[in-house]
Amino acid sequence: MTQASPGDGLTAERPRRSIRSLLQSTEVDTRLLGMILALAIIWVGFNIMSGGLFLTSRNLWNLSVQSSSIAIMATGMVLIIVSRNIDLSVGSLLGFLGYTMAMVQVVWFPTNPLTWLIALVVGVFLGAIIGGFQGFIIAYGKVPAFIVTLGGFLVWRGLLFEYALGQTLAPMDPTFQLLGGGPTGSLGESYSWIVGILACLGIIYSLISGRRRRRGYGFPLRPRWAEVTIGVLGCGAALGAVWVANNYFWPVELAKSYAQTHNIVEPPGGLQIPTGIAFPVLIVLVVGLVMSFIATRRRFGRYVFAIGGNPEAAELGGINTRRTIVSTYVLMGILCSISAAISTARLNAGVTSLGVQNELDVIAAAVIGGTSFSGGIGTVPGAILGAVVMQSLRSGMVLLRVDSPVQDIVVGCVLVAAVGLDTFLRRGNKR
Amino acid sequence: MTIESSATTATTATAAAAIAADQPPLVEMRDIRVSFGGVHAVDHVTIDLHAGEVVGLVGGNGAGKSTLMRVLSGATPADSGQILIEGKPVTISNPRDAKTYGIETIYQTLALADNIDAAANLFLGRELTSRLGSLDDGAMEAATRKIMFRLNPNFKNFKVPVKSLSGGQRQSVAIARAVHFNARILIMDEPTAALGPAETAQVRDLVRQLKAEGIGIFLISHDIHDVYDLSDRISVMYHGRVVDTVTKDKSSTDDILAMIIMGKKPHEVTSEEMAQILA
Repeated sequence: MTQASPGDGLTAERPRRSIRSLLQSTEVDTRLLGMILALAIIWVGFNIMSGGLFLTSRNLWNLSVQSSSIAIMATGMVLIIVSRNIDLSVGSLLGFLGYTMAMVQVVWFPTNPLTWLIALVVGVFLGAIIGGFQGFIIAYGKVPAFIVTLGGFLVWRGLLFEYALGQTLAPMDPTFQLLGGGPTGSLGESYSWIVGILACLGIIYSLISGRRRRRGYGFPLRPRWAEVTIGVLGCGAALGAVWVANNYFWPVELAKSYAQTHNIVEPPGGLQIPTGIAFPVLIVLVVGLVMSFIATRRRFGRYVFAIGGNPEAAELGGINTRRTIVSTYVLMGILCSISAAISTARLNAGVTSLGVQNELDVIAAAVIGGTSFSGGIGTVPGAILGAVVMQSLRSGMVLLRVDSPVQDIVVGCVLVAAVGLDTFLRRGNKR
Repeated sequence: MTIESSATTATTATAAAAIAADQPPLVEMRDIRVSFGGVHAVDHVTIDLHAGEVVGLVGGNGAGKSTLMRVLSGATPADSGQILIEGKPVTISNPRDAKTYGIETIYQTLALADNIDAAANLFLGRELTSRLGSLDDGAMEAATRKIMFRLNPNFKNFKVPVKSLSGGQRQSVAIARAVHFNARILIMDEPTAALGPAETAQVRDLVRQLKAEGIGIFLISHDIHDVYDLSDRISVMYHGRVVDTVTKDKSSTDDILAMIIMGKKPHEVTSEEMAQILA
């Protein structure tokens, strides 16, 4: 049985061009790298065209907050699309859940000191139940996901109007408002640095422990220079992001009133209070980590990908595919509720138009982030990057004073072009 | 492994199977029926398998071989009939049930998730996890490297999705998955269909080796010579029914061929019909 079989020789590693083999030895996700490169080009391009307005702490900080709601939902949409389903209801669901949380604070428990917590708990549970309900119809009722969630798209938005006859509900509880970001809803200077340093430690730890594990099994190791480069770049990015966030200062008026209430003498030029990382962005980071972990390190995630790759094989492998599908929708509902809390808190009001068209942005973010509609392929970090790319395009065009219809045209073209390019490259890789 | 040694092990295994014949068979499928919208894919089939025995299942396209085996592997529910494992009636209503009875299957389609790597496919549905329930990819890859080294020493691509592997390598993954979990009963549906001559020889060696270990094997194949070489008994299916189950020593390949084509036992076939087949 030690005889070499000729069939295998054909697929053995062919010598490749040096840059590619260099990249391969680092085992970096080239697709993600390409996206980061594309994002860099977009940022620098807008910066030049806007005369240096884009790459400012202020703009980047706002960009990060504006991306957060879509980014959070996109991490769940990845799993749904990977398992060959779709969720068209997320925008309506977000609106419905946001409005419900506003109802809790304004109508149902306006005086309770823990009203923000009640709102969150109600929102998360309701999101999970609604998501699970839709998932159940899809998985056990065998109704196509497109149809079920199209129904949800109509039903949840309709219910929202039934609630309070479409009134705007305001204001939100002060604690709840912190979730929306803004100068007060941010970590501040020192906590932001702590988060940055923790991120660096996490990166270094994962690199070292990964290397140790591979060595323990006697697997081939990444070259040392690659590990160091990844570590340095990762830590640099984390600390750079914190530096940017800390260079965005409180608005002058807010800083002035803060100085007055805290009896601080304003220095010449006004008090400069670093804002730091906004809470919504912090939530994106946490959600991104958790969802990445679920997608790549847990059985559930493995099953989602296996179902997307070959539903029959997953079934024959003994996977409970239906329960897995329901779980993806439960997760999606929970993520919608988190995004709903952020959006409602940011607006400081429950409005009926919340989340309109968000389903399209979320799906677009996931797809720009490399999620394949034929199933089985997609990453959580990719989806978050996709959300940032979308928001970068929009806010860049706002800086350039591009009209909203033209913005839509550009985003639409970019979406199709990105997927087209991706498909083209993937086909090239196969040969 | 030389040809002589494998031949000897095969002989001893046949002897072992003969001894085991006093005991209830490892698997017995009684009066199994499966119909798809009025078509009887499997029609009152009874078949059995002993430990250390290879039973070949042959028949034309649509004869019901694969469907019968899908019943045993839990992929297709039977409309009626009974399955006994070591004499005890069991219920197999999904692939998980089958696996708990030590029934492993190599499907004709291989049933691999193309987008994940060899280790993830090998352990699909039975992942190794750390104490906290996280996937232990390192341990799974290590186990995969070990078994693949045994089955297909040329296999090197452990980190790529199985989509980018050759047909032979994909087959190795499917085979590895079936033999890794200490199967007692192995169903091989066209295991050599996608393979070249050298790889086919490897699979044949593997069948003999597993048989020597006392595993009962159902072997489905279009290749009558393949089946004839490897099997102890051969069941011929025709339009959902078993025409006959014959011991290899007592039948020629021509007899079997005649049963496959005519759906009749050898003594029922007229000499003219026989001449027609052989012409």
